[in-house]
Order: sequence, then structure tokens, then C-alpha cells
Amino acid sequence: MPSWCKASWSEAVSLAELQSDFIDSLRTPSAAAPESLATPGGMRPNRRFNVYRNNVVVSLIEALRSSFPVVERLVGEEFFKATARAYIDHEPPRSPLMFQYGETFGNFLDAFPPAASVPYLGDVARLEFARLNAYHAQDRVPIAITHLSTLPPEQLGEAEFQLHPSLTLLSSRWPVFSLWAASSEQQSAQDVNLDTGEDVIVIRPEYNVDVRCLPSGGYSFLKALQDGASLGDAAGQASEATENFNLAHHLEGLFGLGAVCAVELRNSKQ
Amino acid sequence: MDTPAKTSSAIPPRAGVGLKAAHYSPIQEQRPDIGWFEVHAENYMGAGGPPHRYLEAIRRDYPLSLHGVGLSIGADKPLDRDHLTRLKRLNERYQPGLFSEHLAWSTHDDFFFNDLLPVPYTQEALTRCADHIDQVQETLGRQMLLENPSTYVTFEDSSMSEIEFLRSLSERTGCGLLLDVNNVFVSATNHGYSPEDYLDAFPIERVGEIHLGGHARDQDDAGAPLLIDAHDRAVADPVWTLYARTIGRSGDLPTLIEWDNELPSWQDLFAEAQAADAILVQSQLERSRVAR
Repeated sequence: MPSWCKASWSEAVSLAELQSDFIDSLRTPSAAAPESLATPGGMRPNRRFNVYRNNVVVSLIEALRSSFPVVERLVGEEFFKATARAYIDHEPPRSPLMFQYGETFGNFLDAFPPAASVPYLGDVARLEFARLNAYHAQDRVPIAITHLSTLPPEQLGEAEFQLHPSLTLLSSRWPVFSLWAASSEQQSAQDVNLDTGEDVIVIRPEYNVDVRCLPSGGYSFLKALQDGASLGDAAGQASEATENFNLAHHLEGLFGLGAVCAVELRNSKQ
Repeated sequence: MDTPAKTSSAIPPRAGVGLKAAHYSPIQEQRPDIGWFEVHAENYMGAGGPPHRYLEAIRRDYPLSLHGVGLSIGADKPLDRDHLTRLKRLNERYQPGLFSEHLAWSTHDDFFFNDLLPVPYTQEALTRCADHIDQVQETLGRQMLLENPSTYVTFEDSSMSEIEFLRSLSERTGCGLLLDVNNVFVSATNHGYSPEDYLDAFPIERVGEIHLGGHARDQDDAGAPLLIDAHDRAVADPVWTLYARTIGRSGDLPTLIEWDNELPSWQDLFAEAQAADAILVQSQLERSRVAR
């Protein structure tokens, strides 16, 4: 670069322009270091600038590795890093809270052609992100099932449940729980039969995040409760979707997991 | 320094370490004799869960310092108000003895680039940083400390030295300074100046905390040594020597061992803190000998 050009650059550049150019170069791996940088020994400081580029990418790959260890185990470290790099390029974080980064990683994996041969990867990523969410979610003390016996029996069908803030429901056409469980226990996921889907509940009522496979009918029952349906309506929807839906069995499971924090009667909310 | 400061839970002028989740258990079991802990604020910005329970337990037993890594004080764009609000809540909840952030930027166009990017030392950047620091101190209702960076590049446009820039910011805003001695060694090596001269010129009376950490070695475009602020290993010998020199000038200051990657065992991290404490004690002895 001729020296007159350098002089005119340094007079004109604002902080906004300088940072904009810095980021443009940062996000383009093949780009040279920005022109705003000093040139020690007359050399464009490409290697020096690359430290920042590398720091950003490596720290974000590490953040994704620590949030999605089972996805990494399923595809191997090398493939995971290449995939993470593509995701980071496609969707850089928008928040400095690294434990929130990767919310859309599952959707990205669904549509990522190199991962097409592992079609369940997106669901496993969503399960892992749900675990992370549960870990950092608001704390709240669950209530016991005996609470239901304090309500007038004739109004029980009208009861609405407040579910635990850490709770996430997932419905997968793949055996996502079995795949996750096999891989997270260092077993091989290759023995898992891929023919049946699984529904999963993720919750953290106390210290530990609990991941459970839901029995038949459980997902539609809980999803209805989560969407604000009354107990009667939720049980009705689940009975329609599932033969022999056993309400008592599901209530016991739900309260046993610490998933219910409050029960309200519709008419008492007025 | 007329910003109201919280005086509760003061950080003692001895060694502390950066708190890592991997060390929660040994710390709770052993209750080590260590001066204080520092946490990255962003790791405790979730609504609830185990991180807060552990931090509350540790806060009951030790003074705590809050260190932000995501505020982007050096950005041209306004500070993220949501993030400031989260910091304010965290500050109120844990009543840390110190709050610090970096002379760096990491946000642009709604994106967060998880690294501490370098600031040009210009009048425009000085004004922008000063406005941002004023806003932080007003929001938190306390003084903050600003940390000198590790840098790998410099800007054509810079019209003042890093020390002039930091001193001006501190004088304009009343903020204190966090002196990272490893950053001084890294930047001095990378840009070919004397770390001793830098430390001797640093406005030491405004320093409220010292950081020490490990660095990695690389090479620049001309094959010259390029040090990287990696926080992935023990503090290097030349940095210990510079630390002793700094303490000799400043007197005792809270000193943090930072080790964020390739985490050591709790015992190895604790040993680093004890090495810093030993230098603090030695420095006290030397000063009292001179006084006599």
C-alpha cells in the first residue's frame, strides 16, 4: 500500500468504520488483516490478526463441545468441529451468555447435508440443549400429589397445572432417549433399534437434571397441561390419542418427577 | 474516585483464584485457606440452578470478586442494556468486593464474538469508553476496575500510548485499574517494548487488583515470538519476576491466579495461589527491612 494511502486512511476512519472493517476481516477466513492495523517491519500483520480470528472460532467450538457432548460422541471429534465451525459461521452468538448459545443447533443439524446420514442428530442436540436449559432454569419447589386431595373432587377436572420452569418436552420420530442414554454412558449407539420414536421429558426439580422416556400417552397429556388445558381436558386429549390411557399412572409419574409446582382452579382465578 | 463503593465483603490484599465449576466439590470439602474467589459474571447469569447454589455456598465462606467478560466497553455501539441489568442484579445478589471488566470490545451488529478485541487508542475511542464506564458505574452504583489487555496488533490511528489511554479513562471516570501482569508481558513481547518500563510508568496508585495467568507461544508474520494470552497453564517465570517488582512498588494488592482452559487439579491451582502469597510475604519483609 503506498504511504499516501495510509495517511488518508488514518485521517478518515471512525471507530464505527474501524470496527466494522475489523469484523468483516474476522469473519472472512481468506481475508487479509484490516488496513487500520499497524504494519510492524512493513508487513501486513496477517498472522497476528489471525490470533483473534482463531480465538473467536476456537472458543465458540469449545462452548458447543461442552454443551453438546453426546452429539460429538455420535459423530466424532473431527466431524463435530467442522460442523460447529459451519454453524458458528451461519449463526454467531447474539448474547455473551455462552450457555444459551446453540439453541438453533438442532435445526441447523436437521438441514446440514453432511449430517444427512445421521438423521436423528438434530433431536439429540435438542435434548442436550433442553438439559442445559434445565440446569440454568429458575428454581422452584414442586408440590406433592397429596395436594390434589385438598381440592373439591367435583372440581378436579377444572384444575390447571403450573409445571416446573425447568421442564422441556420432546417428541421424536427417533429413539432419541435410547440414543442419548447409550452415548452418554459411553456405550455404543449402534445397538439402538431405530424403528420406533420416543418422547422425552427433561426436568431439574433439585440439583440433578433428570431425562426420562415418557410412556405412551404421556407426551400428549403433558403437552396439553403445558399449553394450559385443564386436567380433565388434558386427560381427554390423551385418551383420544392413546388406548387405555391410565390417568392415575401418569399423575403419579408426573408428581414423582417433581414436575408440578402449583395447581389452580379456573374459577378461583377470577 | 467519587463513585460510591460498597465496602462490605472487601477483597483482602492476598492471593485468590478464578472459581471453576470443576473445583466446586474440592473447595466445599476442603474449605481451603485462600483469600478470595473471582467468577466470570456471565457464567452466573442463568435464572437459577446449581451454579447459584454453589456460588452462594462459597460466598458465605469467602469474599468474592465479579469479573465481566462480555460488556464490550470498547465497542462503538451503545452497551447492551439487558446485559447491564443482569450485571446489576448479580452485583446486588452477591455483593462482590470488586467488579472489573476489560478494555476491549466483543460485540458488533447484534453479534457477540467471544473474545477480547483490541481498541485503537484514539480520542474518539477514549470518549466512547469513558461514556460506557460512566454508564456502568452509574448503573451498578459502584466503582469498577478496568483491565489492561493482551494485544497482538496495534492500530495506525492510535494517537496515545496504552498507559496514557488507561490513565485518562481512570481520571475521567473515577474507575480503578486492574493490572494484569501477564498481559503486560504478553503485549510487551508482542510489540517489542520493555515490560519493566511499562510497569514503572503504570499509574499504580489507581490499581485495585492484579491478575496473573499463563500464556502460550507462537510466531508472528516475520517469525518473531508472539505470545498468546491463553490462561491454559501455570504462570511463567518472567511474569512472577515482574509481579514481585510490581508489588515492591505498589505494596500488597489482591492478586488473582487465572486458569480458564486445560484446567489443573484444585491442588495445583491452590499451589499457584500460594506461590503468589509467598511473594507477597517476601515483599512485606523486604519493605520492613528497608523501613528499619
